[in-house]
Amino acid sequence: MDTLLMDGLAQATEQQSAADPWRGFAPGVWRRSVDVRDFIQRNLTPYEGDAGFVAGPTDRTTALFAKVTDLLKQERAAKGGVLDADTEVFASITSHGAGYIDRDLEVIVGLQTDKPLKRAIMPFGGWRMVKTGLEAYGFTPSPKLEEVFPGLRKTHNDGVFDVYTPEMLRCRKSGVITGLPDAYGRGRIIGDYRRLALYGADFLIKDKKAQLTSLEVSRIDEEVLRLREEISEQIKALKELVTMAAAYGFDVKRPAATAREAVQWTYLAYLAAVKEANGAAMSLGRVSSFLDIYIDRDLRDGVITEAEAQEMIDHFVMKLRLVRFLRTPEYDQLFSGDPTWVTECLGGMGLDGRTLVSKTNFRMLQTLHNLGPAPEPNLTVLWSEQLPEGFKRFCADTSIKTCSVQYENDDLMRGYWGDDYGIACCVSAMRIGKQMQFFGARANLAKTLLYAINGGKDEVSGEQVGPAYAPITGDVLDYDEVMARFEPMMEWLAKVYMNALNAIHYMHDKYMYERLEMALHDRDILRTMACGIAGLSVVADSLSAIKHTTVKVVRDGRGLATDFVVEGDYPAFGNNDARVDDIAIWAVERFMTALRKQKPYRNAMQTQSVLTITSNVVYGKKTGNTPDGRKAGQPFAPGANPMHGRDKKGAIASMASVAKLPYAHAQDGISYTFTIVPGALGRTEDERVTNLVGMLDGYAGQGGHHINVNVFDRETLLHAMDHPELYPQLTIRVSGYAVNFIKLTREQQLDVISRTFHDKH
Amino acid sequence: MTNAYPPPRPPKTLGPVSGWIHSVETGGTVDGPGIRYVLFMSGCPLRCLYCHNPDTQHMHDGTRTTSTEVLEDIALYAEFLKRAHGGLTLSGGEPLVQPEFTSAILRGAKSMGLHTALDTSGFLGNHADDHLLEDVDLVLLDIKAYTEKTYRHLTGVPLRPTLEFAERLAGLNKRIWLRYVLVPGLTDDAAEIDGLAEFVAGLGVVDRVDVLPFHKMGEHKWKALGRRYMLSATEPPSRDLVERVRAQFQAQGLRAD
Repeated sequence: MDTLLMDGLAQATEQQSAADPWRGFAPGVWRRSVDVRDFIQRNLTPYEGDAGFVAGPTDRTTALFAKVTDLLKQERAAKGGVLDADTEVFASITSHGAGYIDRDLEVIVGLQTDKPLKRAIMPFGGWRMVKTGLEAYGFTPSPKLEEVFPGLRKTHNDGVFDVYTPEMLRCRKSGVITGLPDAYGRGRIIGDYRRLALYGADFLIKDKKAQLTSLEVSRIDEEVLRLREEISEQIKALKELVTMAAAYGFDVKRPAATAREAVQWTYLAYLAAVKEANGAAMSLGRVSSFLDIYIDRDLRDGVITEAEAQEMIDHFVMKLRLVRFLRTPEYDQLFSGDPTWVTECLGGMGLDGRTLVSKTNFRMLQTLHNLGPAPEPNLTVLWSEQLPEGFKRFCADTSIKTCSVQYENDDLMRGYWGDDYGIACCVSAMRIGKQMQFFGARANLAKTLLYAINGGKDEVSGEQVGPAYAPITGDVLDYDEVMARFEPMMEWLAKVYMNALNAIHYMHDKYMYERLEMALHDRDILRTMACGIAGLSVVADSLSAIKHTTVKVVRDGRGLATDFVVEGDYPAFGNNDARVDDIAIWAVERFMTALRKQKPYRNAMQTQSVLTITSNVVYGKKTGNTPDGRKAGQPFAPGANPMHGRDKKGAIASMASVAKLPYAHAQDGISYTFTIVPGALGRTEDERVTNLVGMLDGYAGQGGHHINVNVFDRETLLHAMDHPELYPQLTIRVSGYAVNFIKLTREQQLDVISRTFHDKH
Repeated sequence: MTNAYPPPRPPKTLGPVSGWIHSVETGGTVDGPGIRYVLFMSGCPLRCLYCHNPDTQHMHDGTRTTSTEVLEDIALYAEFLKRAHGGLTLSGGEPLVQPEFTSAILRGAKSMGLHTALDTSGFLGNHADDHLLEDVDLVLLDIKAYTEKTYRHLTGVPLRPTLEFAERLAGLNKRIWLRYVLVPGLTDDAAEIDGLAEFVAGLGVVDRVDVLPFHKMGEHKWKALGRRYMLSATEPPSRDLVERVRAQFQAQGLRAD
């Protein structure tokens, strides 16, 4: 099949239930206007029990998963881990016909292209990226595609490079700003995929048309024009979604009428998004407690069994595990392990004090038991001390067995984002359907400190990258003198960084607008300009060394400070020691203050994250020796983690240091990755669960934002490096996401192994 | 021996007492219930062949500090520990080498509302007056062997004070977790273990028995200290042996993990 843009493919489905899709649901505002939260609040049955009810895999699930496992095995064996890629057709919502793994076994259907794991071409970010990506994995793009780009159609990447200033280019090249989404999709936008299930496309299109009418204002300026054009595109995308769904035999013009349809509709909406946009992170949002309302209704009506309910979720998750994008090897260096960040949020508390935990939260976690551990979907528990004990224990038990779960502090975030927010990517909270972010990768704060010492010259290339402020010329670093130079250098960096992001997102909106995802948003949304910092613990430790010991400067032939001799011990970040933790807090606040002085594109709100993903390795590679004693090229610690091996007082001290970092000044999230060996978590299985729950309660209670939990021995990882075939599903949490350990580069595997494993006793 | 009737309680907080500590581990999970702040104090009168912290044996190898400083640090974690259903564990070394220091820390921890555990061999049990024990919620008692001969061979000191301390704790109705390190060829004698199990069960205050398989993770520390490690040739016990010993304790109605 070539295209779906033709009429008449739709087939009617179960008509009897379709007549009244909202039967039995408590009415509310949600019936009149798009308001999924209101629907959830009025209809969710919170679940306070334990995991006793969950079901194992059905025969169909086992058979289908065997096929999926085999496909994944073939993919791993293929060149560069890419099984197949399109070379003929540009991806769009309707570019490919229906695709199946095994039609007879699949309860939930839909693939990005016509075959599983076949990657689509999404060229609007940048044609060169696509071409390089294809060629790197042994595919040749059809010549007819090359006629289009860049000759006929300009891309996001072309646009950005038309406007970048020489200063931005210098910063990009030196690595003081890295990972900018100027050649790939920015992602980190969560469509409210639930809306399709609850309302159907007709209702949503009608709503969008009303929005368009609301913009027939007296003064049609650039802002209004842009929004009118975007909404028109959103309507087209919704219509294409209807066409795409019809190819699978579903009429999504109307609301979902059964549990299976609700899962299917939600997935189809998400599928349309990942057919159209290859954002770095394509997160799912917070769908499982929403779906629970439908599953609960069908269970009560005796239409389905628990095994069938679990089957739907298992099949849904299998599909989410197969989402793929074509990337380049350079991209993989930054975001290793082929992540897609299909982040799904579980748990959390309602503003009214009721828990939002539902049985389908358990079913979602149960997929990790039924289908084994996996990095995707990126299951994220919104942790609260108030969560029901049974749910807490099931989360902890699943974490210990699979290392596939991350936790974020709902008690902290609820005050900022309410009780219907999701997490985009790793740690970025946003109200679903009401907020998006302009993803801004991150600035290298450790390198900035070196620029402050060297008067804006890059310590590796020797090039004048930053402004030529006076360098430090003394032989011993003086704390006050360094700080007096560091602050203006941060101010400069914030300026060039924000301007670069403005250029990127202006062009992204223009050439690579996420039509379908934005169609599942309100008309007026909050946009955040999500900046970020890398190297926080290197900076804190460096400044601590300068303040508390003697740090001598070693200069090279160019007169640049390229090495440092630290004489004595300094308090290091990660030991709950205020002498250095206060410096880390200061650095977060100070850079945020500099960012807040800048004017972001489209009146976005400035935020920042302390998150590196796996780019801590690349950042380290590009950064010279630092005054904390870290050697040139050595990786930074991931996210907000203390530097490897410097947190010497145990797990709680390490957590306490990280928990002090102020979320108010890092509202895009603060990532912490925690690894403990099983024996150090307790003697029996039951104790380990109790103790992990206790740690999570303690960490959240102190105000910690995010924590990845890994429970394994270093020996397991070493063995997996040598015998990857024995560990096809070994999953570990890195900064904000999980990866298949064997898919990491060797360099990154070694970085993970060198990290602090809490292992006393 | 101690007074049957303790004199009136001293003031709520004791003045600062100086003492020696070895190190701190803030995320302990195996030295008492929940997440523990484990304070390793320096100094120990025993010379156990398998000691895995030989660097804590001499008090003055540690760091000199005061109870006030120690308590200030513990206070940083008090909220976390309470949320995590944990508390403070004093370990070592042997905390009862420095009873006044230990006592001051325990008193301070109790006034923060923390659960407290004392990890001890019991050999210096008579250093612990009833006031000190009043501030202890749980005793992690190591009875390293059950005959004088084995005990003295293993530790260099007599067994009797430990057994007397255990009986005194029972008299005070103080809860105990028993620790027993199982070393093949040294502490695996079935008859000896049966005797210990019967004694322990008879105390009526032992909530669990941790049978800890011998390991050599401390061996490198002996080498670093330039001392000879006598158990280099000894292997960890087999799973079967560990199970057999646990079963011996369980046969006396004890919970053994």
